[in-house]
Amino acid sequence: MPGPLASRLPAGLRPVGPLWRGASVLIALGVLAPVLSLAWLAAGSSLAHWTHLLAHVLPSAALNTAVLLAGVGAMVLVIGTGCAWLVTACDFPTRRVLHWALLLPLAMPTYIVAFAYLDLLHPLGPVQGVLRWMLGYDSPRQWRLPDLRTMAGAIFVLGLVLYPYVYMTARAMFMTQPAHLLEAARSLGETRWGAFRRVALPLARPALAVGVSLALLETLNDIGASEFLGVNTLTVAVYTTWITRSDLAGAAQIACAMLAVVVMLVLLEQHGRRHQRFGSAQRMRAIRPRPLQGAAAWGACALGWLPVLLGFAAPAAYLAWESYKRLSLGGGVSAGLVASLANTITLALGVTVAAVLAGLVVAWAVRHTASTVRTPRWPARLASLGYALPGTVLAIGLLTPALGLDALLARSLGLPGLPLMAAGVVLVAACAIRFLAMPVGGIEAGLARIPPALEQAARSLGETPLGALRRVHLPLLRPALAASALLVFVDAMKELPATLLLRPANFDTLATWLYAEAARGTYEEGAIAALAIVVAGLLPVAWLARTQLALPHVDALPAPE
Amino acid sequence: MSRSLQRRAGALRLAPLAAAFALGAAALPAFAQGELTLYTTREPGLIQPLLSAFSAQTQIKVNTVFVKDGLLERVQAEGTRSPADVLMTVDVGNLLDLVEGGVTQPVKSAALESAIPANLRGADGQWFALSMRARVLYAAKDLKLTSFRYEDLAQPKWKQKVCIRAGQHPYNTALIAAMIAHDGEAKTEQWLQGVKANLGRKATGGDRDVARDILGGICDIGVANSYYVGQMKASKEGSDARKWGDAIKVIRPTFDNPGSGTHVNISGASVAKHAPQRANAVKLLEFLVSEPAQRMYAQANYEYPVRKGVPLDPIIGQAIGELKVDPLPLTEIAKHRKQASALVDKVGFDK
Repeated sequence: MPGPLASRLPAGLRPVGPLWRGASVLIALGVLAPVLSLAWLAAGSSLAHWTHLLAHVLPSAALNTAVLLAGVGAMVLVIGTGCAWLVTACDFPTRRVLHWALLLPLAMPTYIVAFAYLDLLHPLGPVQGVLRWMLGYDSPRQWRLPDLRTMAGAIFVLGLVLYPYVYMTARAMFMTQPAHLLEAARSLGETRWGAFRRVALPLARPALAVGVSLALLETLNDIGASEFLGVNTLTVAVYTTWITRSDLAGAAQIACAMLAVVVMLVLLEQHGRRHQRFGSAQRMRAIRPRPLQGAAAWGACALGWLPVLLGFAAPAAYLAWESYKRLSLGGGVSAGLVASLANTITLALGVTVAAVLAGLVVAWAVRHTASTVRTPRWPARLASLGYALPGTVLAIGLLTPALGLDALLARSLGLPGLPLMAAGVVLVAACAIRFLAMPVGGIEAGLARIPPALEQAARSLGETPLGALRRVHLPLLRPALAASALLVFVDAMKELPATLLLRPANFDTLATWLYAEAARGTYEEGAIAALAIVVAGLLPVAWLARTQLALPHVDALPAPE
Repeated sequence: MSRSLQRRAGALRLAPLAAAFALGAAALPAFAQGELTLYTTREPGLIQPLLSAFSAQTQIKVNTVFVKDGLLERVQAEGTRSPADVLMTVDVGNLLDLVEGGVTQPVKSAALESAIPANLRGADGQWFALSMRARVLYAAKDLKLTSFRYEDLAQPKWKQKVCIRAGQHPYNTALIAAMIAHDGEAKTEQWLQGVKANLGRKATGGDRDVARDILGGICDIGVANSYYVGQMKASKEGSDARKWGDAIKVIRPTFDNPGSGTHVNISGASVAKHAPQRANAVKLLEFLVSEPAQRMYAQANYEYPVRKGVPLDPIIGQAIGELKVDPLPLTEIAKHRKQASALVDKVGFDK
């Protein structure tokens, strides 16, 4: 369909057909449905309670949120980028294990880590016990460390669990950065640090922005860990307004205001790099790690393993120990727990398939209409909106439109009840909407690195557009697809709030199982469920990281050893 | 609306696999005879023994959905097609929200009315309390303390010695609401400020953390629910929970008001407005207040039964004892709940 539309696309890209565009618009509207329904709720109430909110709630909640975001943002940026560069640019003992082990904290839900650290660092826990023994005190009433339940504690816990989002995107970017750019910088007199700071880092900015914003949105929407550690964020204020004051409309107003701020910040970041173009090297040679010797090698090794130790090994060991204690006290693994494991995996698989397919459709359609005036990139931006809302808020927003459709469908098919809800389709759709930002962002970034000329070549050799996608783009997109799928799968496994609200009868996942134990106050029994979440999340993290993140054309090169 | 419908159709096309293999037909709604669907915010572990006993006795299978927040919103959105028969929750405020939200229906049942005292159920049969829990004082075992008023929590002598969960938690807003009903708003605000000044750590965590933090030396006293005492003190010898439970003693506080008693809250249930299995729903409620079920509430959950003449669990009987329940009506407490929540914000109790 060549025409005026095509002339505005980058050379070699042809516009997609109405089917693709229509599908991507439908998906974007699907994400918008809960937001619109929330806005409708918010509009249905007066603003009378805002005097109270402005006087007593929002200033401190906003400040808390800002401090938490700044702290976590700085922490994930430094740890994530630092570790990614370390394993890309330097070679040292254990690097080949470390480069995927750094992803392990992804398998840990923040609320579990918060709980594990509270126990580990509690006056009755092992750390303070050993310290007391070393200092010669025999009771916590004589000496104890400051309490973890503070802002600093929350930043520490969230930063340690969320840095892999940045590490992952940064690592993928550094791995595919052409070495000759850095070499050029060095030959022009830059130091190693200067080359990193002035070439590698700016080139990685879009990837870092994606990683940091994922981590920050997780932080913003976290309710488990921050509430548990006593940090009252805006999200906690949304919950309090809704749950304690039974004012859903007021809660929707705060949630909509927060969403507006998030959207504004994301737009600002994009505006900030509007003039930057990120070309891709046609024939690239990857950065080859520089072997470190002696103390430097061991120092790098220690530094690199520290986040893995704190973000994964310590809490995981704690869970394993608690599970062992529980099992040795005579408790067993119940059949319900095994069923929850199966439910969790099927749910996560369903969400992953739905989200990655939807992400692919949106990213593909947007790429092929991107630079036209008439159809801007809004489907991709809208499709990412779900991640900017707390899970429960999104689920509440989805209830009315989804169940409306469900009832309509049931009526027209003559079915009783609410079939989509009862079959779990609504739950899968809610989670897919919530996590759609990851595949959309990941696949968009991946597509941006594929030169349009490749497509032109494929088409001129007689491939259909779909054939080009299947035979040229999909293979090249494999790392981006795998990374998105991994993130969605692991996040869906840990998902709690939407699952709690939207699941069908008699349907437990590991997260809801764990939550039920925690709500009952029997955390010990939850330890096994928590460990199961971690172990089940570990396998995809390890597998995908090992096979996909280690791109053959980087690490399969004979390393100069 | 038509837009949102369109988009659902789009999502459907994309999620066929998800729909097909994720959950499949395994969870089709239960409309067959001999079943009922229970939506509950109560932890399934607590009520499962009761439900199993009910199923064994009546041959009625109970399908459960354990919901945390948003029970009301879900049932409202499901509307007339909702599969829910019984709605169960804790805290009188939550229960009244369901009634006000229009998702319950009145029930007339002689069995329910004779078992549950009039002040523990809605006059119109829209809600019924099934069990009670007291908000009591946990104190370090060696403290010389035999009586306590809730007002004493603000005394300067407890500076940095008090542990309590978030002020916005329904268990605490209900207590604060009762305080407003007894002492008035101004005095309650002053009291809250005093309690905040006495906190040994942030107002967060759960009720069992009060006992744990007393053992850990972070505080000396704290306010928490009565049933946790039973859970902890009945835990296996040598387990952490047992150590926490053994580190505390329990005092039944009253208000600074002659004739007042200890603040209690309830767990309760309603029959859903569009219950497809209404008769079974009423049967379940009637079962839950029957003598054997009330005994289970007392002995498996360490709660206080609503039915007269049902014995307490021995551990609760020994550690806490019979209650002198505060005569303030529950509906009166529920009325002050929003005011209480606003006060918590105002004094920055959870900050």
